[in-house]
This record gives sequence, C-alpha cells and structure tokens, in this order.
Amino acid sequence: MTPQYGRGLRTLSILTVAMLALALVLVFFYAPLEAEQGFLQKIFYVHVPLAIIALSGFVIGGLLAIQHLRTRDSRWDMRSYVVIHMSLIFAVGTLITGSIWAKGSWGHWWVWNEPTLVSFLIIFLLYATYQPLRFAIEDPERQSRYASVFAITAGAFVPMNFIAVRLSSAYLHPRVLGSTSNLPGSMALTFLVSLIALALLFATLCKLELTAKHTRAQVRALRRRLAGDDELPARRGRSAVPVISATGGPAAGGAG
Amino acid sequence: MAALILAEVPALPLNTAGRYVAAAYIVLFVIVVIYVAIIGLRLSRLERDLGEMLELPERPPQHAETEQPAHTESTPA
Amino acid sequence: MRRTVGALLRKELLVELRTLESVPGMSLFAVTTFVVFHFALNRSSVEGDLAAGILWVTLLFAAVLGANRLFVADADQGGFDGFLLAPVDRTAMLISKVLTMLAYLVVLELVAVPAFALLLLGAPLGRALPDLIATLALCDVGIAVIGTLVAALAVQTRARDLLGPLLALPLLLPVVIGGARASSPLFVSGHLGSTQGRWLLSLALYDLVFGLIAYALFDFLLED
Repeated sequence: MTPQYGRGLRTLSILTVAMLALALVLVFFYAPLEAEQGFLQKIFYVHVPLAIIALSGFVIGGLLAIQHLRTRDSRWDMRSYVVIHMSLIFAVGTLITGSIWAKGSWGHWWVWNEPTLVSFLIIFLLYATYQPLRFAIEDPERQSRYASVFAITAGAFVPMNFIAVRLSSAYLHPRVLGSTSNLPGSMALTFLVSLIALALLFATLCKLELTAKHTRAQVRALRRRLAGDDELPARRGRSAVPVISATGGPAAGGAG
Repeated sequence: MAALILAEVPALPLNTAGRYVAAAYIVLFVIVVIYVAIIGLRLSRLERDLGEMLELPERPPQHAETEQPAHTESTPA
Repeated sequence: MRRTVGALLRKELLVELRTLESVPGMSLFAVTTFVVFHFALNRSSVEGDLAAGILWVTLLFAAVLGANRLFVADADQGGFDGFLLAPVDRTAMLISKVLTMLAYLVVLELVAVPAFALLLLGAPLGRALPDLIATLALCDVGIAVIGTLVAALAVQTRARDLLGPLLALPLLLPVVIGGARASSPLFVSGHLGSTQGRWLLSLALYDLVFGLIAYALFDFLLED
C-alpha cells in the first residue's frame, strides 16, 4: 500500500496558519510589556520557541534514526533526514534571532555569556556536518546507516552539550536574555501559543518536504516504467538525499 | 475598519527596539517564504517532468515495435 | 571476548611499534604547537585559564590528528573484511581500538605535559599532579571513545581527513570544557587551587554516556 505523505497536509497547514495568526495577535496586542527590556522582549516569543523546537527536532531525528537501524526501513531514514534538515534551519533561525536580541539588549551581535546561544552555536557546527557526511558516502545503504549512527550520537550530544555549557558559564555572569521561569499568566499563555504555532509550522514544513521527495521518487519511477530503463537520464552525480522507492518502501525493492 | 484596528495597535517604538523586534519576526517570515519558493521550484520541475512523460508514448520508441501491447496500458488516458 | 580484544590490541600496538606512524607524529605536533603558541601569544610563561586553554587545545588537536589514522590501515588493506570473517564479537574491534587510542593518548601526554611544563607553564606542577592526572585520565577516555567512533564513521567517506576532525571537534567540546575548567586552578602559582569535583563528575558522565552509545552503535558501522 503506497503511503500518502500528503494526506492531512491541508488540515495541518490551515491549523498552522490559524495558530500563527493567533500567536502574532497575542504577542502584539495582548502580552504586556516587560518591565526591564520593554518592547525588545517581544523577540522572546519567536526566539525561544525556535530554540526549543530545533533542539527537540534534533533529538527526534536521533530517535527516528534508531528506528531506522532497528527496522532497516529506509523510510525512517528519510524522515530522520528531513527532521534534522528542518531543525538545522530552525537552529539557524534561533542563532539569528538570538543575535538580534543580543544586539538590541547589549549592543553586541554576539555574547558568550548566554548559554543558550553558545550551545546552539556548537550544535549548529555539529549538525552542519550531517549533509557533508552523507554526501561523502556514495553507497546509499551505507550512507543511510552511517547517517543514522551520526544522528543518534549527535542526538545524545544535544542534552549533554547543554549541561556542559550551562555548567561552564553559570557562575560567571547572570543570564543576559532572561529566563522562561516566573512568567506572568498572560505572557505564559502567549508563549505557549507561539510554541504550539511554531511546532505546527515545523511539522507542516517537514510534511511538505517529505511529500515533495516522495512525489519526485514516484515520478522518476513512473518515467522509468514508461520510457524503459535506458531512457533514464543520468543521476546528477552523488546525492546527499536518502533514496526511497516509488512505493515508499525500502529502496532494496522488497515489499513495503 | 482600518481605523478601529489602528486605534488598538500599541505605540510601536519603531525607532528603537521596534526595529530589532521587526527584524527577528522578519527572519521567521523569510524562512517560511524561502521554503515555499523551494517547494514551488520542485513543483514546477515535477510538472515539467510529467509533461515530458505524457508526450513519451506519442514518439515512437525504438524498441516499441517489439514490445507487447500491454506496454501501452500504462499510458495515462 | 577478552582474548579477542587482547589479540587485537596486541596487533594494534605491534603495528604501531613497527611503523611508528601515529604516536611520534602526535607528540611532535604537540611540542611544535607549544612553540607556535609562544610566538603567537608573545609570551614566555602562562598561568591559570590561559595555560589550561593552551594545553587542552594542543592535546585536542593532536588527538584528533591521531584518531584520523586509527582505521585507515583497516579500510585500505582489507582489515575490516578479515575481521568480519572471524567468528568473534564485533564489539571487540571497538574496544581494542579505544584501548589503542587510550594508549596513544597516554604516551602523547607523557611527552606533551612535561614539555608544556618546561616551555610555557609559569607555575610549578608538582603538587597539582594527582588532580591533573585524574583530569587527564577522564578526558582521555572521552577523547578515545569519540575519536574511535568518528574515525570509524569518517574512514569510509571520501574526504576522510577533513570530515574526521570536523565531526570530532564539536562532539569533544564538553571534554574541553571539563578538562580546561578542571585544570586551570592547578596552573596558578602561589595559591594552589584544587580541581572542582563538578567538572570531574561531568567528564565521567560524558564518558559513560558516549561509551554506551559507541558500544551500541559500533556494530552498525562494520556491516557490509
């Protein structure tokens, strides 16, 4: 049975748009101005959810990779790849918004005494090697396997890294960009809605990506069937993207 | 209608902190739009590929004469 | 299992003794780097945080360079295939490689730390030695585990010399943090600080977590 990655995409997107709109309204019309930082604090509602979702995404990518190694079904590897890819983009967003916040608060584009930002820099540097690693291995089965090993190791590294960085800076400076504890009710609600909205955005974009990849694989398989194998245009070199067959099952051609 | 909304909007300190807040939210917006663009590019490429495939059976493939008639069943209507 | 590990370990150390391709290079690299630091920083003696930083950066880079070579012979000369044919537990290769890396690191430090004390360190090292050895030991385990895992990953790729360090350095940052913070109070002349147990504890946690992960995942790297 061919899986339909696109099923439910419309509902998901509508839900995402609604939540995003609600979040924006709450942020700018409902949440009170914070005492210390004033209007600048509003960045909190986009920076921190991005951070939380990116980190969760990396860990989820590791969990999906565990499933891949357990079942050897390349669909899990595809999901792991997409989730890690999206988390990396969200991590870049975290770094940029964090940097903007730092510039607004302190006048510097980068601060070393904000543990979240520093941890994110390290994690970004680590996961930025994920795609080069995949790209450097030609055999698709080995590529998936090695990528899963990396995803699991890196996924375990994420919490470890946070602990280490927190420990190393805790006693030097107070937190610059404020913490999420002790939030008054209206701010907490706004934060929660923002978090849900961005999580939905993450899910929607991942689903979009998975559907696009699967569709392209299906089209390629259809072309091969119609035109005969010798008409298949040569694959453009190596690929960092995991291969799935048109039936969405393991690329080895076994029953899905 | 617009006046009602404008009356509700809090005073945006656009000269100071407002710029940074706007920049941060614009970053989020840009990420989403870039993704939409990438998916859009892929969609147009898919459309082109499918169009090519629709034309395929009209050109006589070299090995078509020796193919079984069942081969044409896969042609989309 | 123990016999397999013993046999493999003996093979690794014998090969290294005969070819001398890793350890002398690592040690020489470390000493040269100290000289580079002297000129780059324009200092004749360093203490405290700066000393810890120099020592750990040098050790880290030397270790990563050495780790790169761990699996190269196996990959290029069919060592993997030979091992896979033998009816032994595959994790034995992981353990033997980690122990080999540990041995390399110990020799490296036997050369690098006295060289560091001689060339750059402004404070006397004597009383701080036990704490320093404990820190080095814990860090070595972490570096050995991660270095072996990353080397096994990188050796099968095309850009193995670049990808290895690229993968290893972020993963080893908690080790650098723990090692540097633990050892910097030891490098202060005069009032001798002592290592905060917090750092040793976090190093031990790191070693445990990644030791278990490497143990669980290594088999998947060896399949063909």
